[in-house]
Amino acid sequence: MDIELVFRIAAIGILVAILHTVLQRAGRDELGQLATLVGVVIVLVWVIRLVRQLFDTVRVMFQL
Amino acid sequence: MAGLDLFQVVGFGLVAALILVVLRQHRPEVALGLSLAVGAIIFLFLAGRLSSVIGVLGQVARRSQVSLAYLGTVLRVIGVAYLTEFGAQVCRDAGEGAVAAKVELAGKVAILLLAAPVVVAVLDLILRLLA
Repeated sequence: MDIELVFRIAAIGILVAILHTVLQRAGRDELGQLATLVGVVIVLVWVIRLVRQLFDTVRVMFQL
Repeated sequence: MAGLDLFQVVGFGLVAALILVVLRQHRPEVALGLSLAVGAIIFLFLAGRLSSVIGVLGQVARRSQVSLAYLGTVLRVIGVAYLTEFGAQVCRDAGEGAVAAKVELAGKVAILLLAAPVVVAVLDLILRLLA
């Protein structure tokens, strides 16, 4: 039950949101979008790794 | 399922739900990824207990001479059903009802393919009894 990954993803999400707002205030809007994109990609990589582990477990357990 | 594990899963689910509500306001796409991750984590946590249940089913089947082929088919159908439900629910959470329906259609087709041999065997048996 690695809740630590959940907190990591939540932290990235909030961080990216704040970064986006701050950069918007500073007038560098495109940098904010870039930061958001990078954050989402990082979360996507973690989630995909977890889903792959889930699929392997299901395949082994149910002999699919 | 020891009582403690149930508390762990319920507590984990509640915390995750709270975090998701906060996250959904700022970054809905990250929230979707997080809900997908939470679903996977909970299943992986339950995998050990689930495989022991399947082991017990196998022993019961062996003792009662139910041929293992059918138990294997039932197991695969359960696996397909679970995966399809998992995927369709995540798509529905993301607001993509159409995609969820297509995923469910694929699951139904897969189950029909798995069940076909069993249905044929049953029909043969019935015809043989009648003839």
